[in-house]
Amino acid sequence: MPIEVNGKTLETDEEGYLANLNEWEPEVATIMAKEDGTELTDAHWEVINFLREYYDEYQIAPAVRVLTKAIGKKLGKDKGNSKYLYELFPYGPAKQACKYAGLPKPTGCV
Amino acid sequence: MSEPWEDDELEGPVRKFMYVNRKAPYGTIYALESLEVVLIAAAFEQDVTLAFLDDGVYQIVKGQDTEEIGVKNFSPIYRALEGYDVEKLFVEKESLESRGLTADDLVVPVEVISREQMADLMEEQEVILSF
Repeated sequence: MPIEVNGKTLETDEEGYLANLNEWEPEVATIMAKEDGTELTDAHWEVINFLREYYDEYQIAPAVRVLTKAIGKKLGKDKGNSKYLYELFPYGPAKQACKYAGLPKPTGCV
Repeated sequence: MSEPWEDDELEGPVRKFMYVNRKAPYGTIYALESLEVVLIAAAFEQDVTLAFLDDGVYQIVKGQDTEEIGVKNFSPIYRALEGYDVEKLFVEKESLESRGLTADDLVVPVEVISREQMADLMEEQEVILSF
């Protein structure tokens, strides 16, 4: 289902992931989150921005285990654990956060 | 019932998987497909080894520019493998040398081994998937 962002219509795939990564802007995350009934906080943005940087460097969306470990390295141990990330992104940190960040669904995500 | 974040440890056997890459990165889907299944095996915490032989060594060569052929340059993904605990990357010396390459030309740290050593390494595996 396409989403409306700042007067533009952006295509998504059947699971709601952005079809074209380059069309992402912060509003995309805000709107997708709102549809899920979530208000994005700084803590959410920290993860979303981290994912965008990760994708920029490695050209893939990380699997949840990899994300957890990398977040721990970058943002500290209190954030690099599944419990913290699941509380922020209850639909699955990798899946949900990647979607908000405009990234494809992580490989190996079952 | 366990909470989703308590489900980190995967049960089940860990097998020695080797992914043999023999083809150039672009022109066919083999290289990218191999990488995809490597990532899946890694997500299931299997014992993963990658081997690069023949034109497969070009998959990890530095400075790939795919703009003119209109496909994504996926070589940065090999650098993410370390984060997936995939650290056993072997390149066949003969394949590298016959293409005028050295380990310094590659995007990731690898172990360069002879054809004979490669054969021994294959012998140790439980599953070999060739791409």
